[in-house]
Amino acid sequence: MALLEIRNLHAKIGDREILRGIDLSVNAGEVHAIMGPNGSGKSTLAQVLSGRDLYQVTEGEVLYDGKNLLELSPEDRAREGIFMAFQYPVEIPGVSNLYFLKASLNAIRKHRELPELDAMDFISFVEDRMKLMDMDESLLNRAVNAGFSGGEKKRNEIFQMAVLEPKLAVLDETDSGLDIDALKTVANGVNALRGPERAMIVVTHYQRLLNYIVPDFVHVLAEGRIIKSGDKSLALELEESGYIGLEETEALDRV
Amino acid sequence: MSSQSNTIETLANQEYKWGFVTDIGADSVAPGLNEDVIRLISAKKQEPEFMLEWRLKAYRQWLTMTEPTWANVHYPPIDYNSIVYYSAPKTKEGPKSLDEVDPELLKTYEKLGIPLREQELLAGVAVDAVFDSVSVATTFKAKLAEVGVIFCSFSEAVREHPDLVRKYLGTVVPASDNFFAALNAAVFSDGSFCYVPKGVRCPMELSTYFRINAQNTGQFERTLIVADEGASVSYLEGCTAPMRDENQLHAAVVELVALDNATIKYSTVQNWYPGDKEGKGGIYNFVTKRGKCQGVNSKISWTQVETGSAITWKYPGCLLIGDNSVGEFYSVALTNNYQQADTGTKMIHIGKNTRSTIVSKGISAGRGQNTYRGMVKILKGAVGARNYSQCDSLLLGDKCGAHTFPYLEVKNTSSQVEHEASTSKIGEDQIFYCRQRGLSSEDAVSMIVHGFCKEVFRELPMEFAVEAQKLLGVSLEGSVG
Repeated sequence: MALLEIRNLHAKIGDREILRGIDLSVNAGEVHAIMGPNGSGKSTLAQVLSGRDLYQVTEGEVLYDGKNLLELSPEDRAREGIFMAFQYPVEIPGVSNLYFLKASLNAIRKHRELPELDAMDFISFVEDRMKLMDMDESLLNRAVNAGFSGGEKKRNEIFQMAVLEPKLAVLDETDSGLDIDALKTVANGVNALRGPERAMIVVTHYQRLLNYIVPDFVHVLAEGRIIKSGDKSLALELEESGYIGLEETEALDRV
Repeated sequence: MSSQSNTIETLANQEYKWGFVTDIGADSVAPGLNEDVIRLISAKKQEPEFMLEWRLKAYRQWLTMTEPTWANVHYPPIDYNSIVYYSAPKTKEGPKSLDEVDPELLKTYEKLGIPLREQELLAGVAVDAVFDSVSVATTFKAKLAEVGVIFCSFSEAVREHPDLVRKYLGTVVPASDNFFAALNAAVFSDGSFCYVPKGVRCPMELSTYFRINAQNTGQFERTLIVADEGASVSYLEGCTAPMRDENQLHAAVVELVALDNATIKYSTVQNWYPGDKEGKGGIYNFVTKRGKCQGVNSKISWTQVETGSAITWKYPGCLLIGDNSVGEFYSVALTNNYQQADTGTKMIHIGKNTRSTIVSKGISAGRGQNTYRGMVKILKGAVGARNYSQCDSLLLGDKCGAHTFPYLEVKNTSSQVEHEASTSKIGEDQIFYCRQRGLSSEDAVSMIVHGFCKEVFRELPMEFAVEAQKLLGVSLEGSVG
């Protein structure tokens, strides 16, 4: 059984239907890229998987690790190993990154009936992970994302992922707003976290990111459906022909 | 949108948990105020003549004054003749030990979680508990007496230490100071008194717990704390009241005097009944608190966590008279439902190189209105004075309000005044972000609010920082992670 099984998923926001029947199967160890033009539903899919209830699921089902994912609260999804790297990570003034991550990790550990880490154990654990992301230690003592540059925020997301060690990571446009150096750093971090136990869904508008995070599968989303799936070569194909190239066959009428 | 945008509202709608009424006989006078009532209060308390004179003078002054209307709070006019000005639990004589205290009363304290019993000595807290108008029991008095610290009810101080009372009473907040202070001076029925002699560091945290129990009772307690040269003391007051449909008036006065090199730290956790969700009932908390840094290098630090009361009107301030003296004000004020708070501080710099720090954190939820009003005044002689003010507001939801009114008055050129202000809002985005990292909504709100209040909580004595966090938790979230 796949780690994540999405069947005929429909979702809307207000009266507007955005996802119109998504089918997707993701196994542990695989990296899937979801590509598509603006408004195709990429980010909605990521949000629905993480449990954001701005969106209402109207049809279909999502099985994660054999469980009905749609019945779980966002925090339970996180505790069960789903991590979302946000497109726009929010700032939480006054709460240090270190404190936040420790509370987060311990909430997850508690759910899994593991002993909570004390401050000392946590710090040594975290220091190890910081090296991976080439993060400055001072970021730990700063408030969560407060005053971080765009690049620092994205790097902080991947750093959190490294600490929380999810089973399924959903990266929502992690490349947006990054210059090439920052992109490489983030991609290196993500690649270091690839492993046989972990699946990743990488949502991106541009092929560029996929030069650094090479996916096992690429899916093209348009108007709320996956209109084409393939291996990494599909991304390159898209780069050449653009999303418009698919329009002829799939009646894609907006960009 | 539904469940998530409701999160904040649900969390903000927790019930008041201290709203029980204790059923004990009370010895009260008829409602209304005139000179006879004042004579009666003074007589019941067996006060010396000078106290009665002082009260009557204050009363006559009060009659000529009008209620202030400048604060950003709104309430129907108060009928001062419908208030009961004296109400005491019925006992034959003043209790000499805990055994003599009405068990019903002790149960009330237990519900409040006040460490009153002897075994709580380990907690290192001495409690002077004020129930309606009379101080019921003072613990640890003996231990304090060993080092010469006087800590007792105000009535007892008037009887046992009249010279000290006479010397300092009204020297910081004169009876004529303002409408509510004058009313308090006329009718105050009890409160706490503390004197720390020269060079003594008070060996434990002192604490007073106020509770308004009887119906239609005003509580007018008065606290006077004097730290003599080189002395230091840390004092905490906590307040709760039962749920009533009517509004109750609480007009207290606190005076602090710090002589040369003395330090006073005064912390308040105020949780008076705030009224119900429709804004019915609740305490009018009209309080005058002021500290006088009279001596050189003296320091007075106010820390307050205000979560209760229907209306709060309160500006704990410092008169920085002694050279190099220091005044501090750290405040967290939370308004929920229909609560209104107009609170802040006054720092009056008079001596050379005086310094003051103001950190104010206002949290508004529901339809709460939260106003910071602060005055920093630097007089001509206050050469090299410095002030730093920071006022931050946090909004939960979109029906509440935050307002900031800083007044700065600087009369010399060698002083430095800094003022920073910010307003932010807890967003559903922030809560969702936390939940996506495995934290519950309650823990998320609690974490964000505590992050916001951190600088103030840091100033509270350890054991009360925990209490304050819990209180914010109850007032806002229900549980604290």
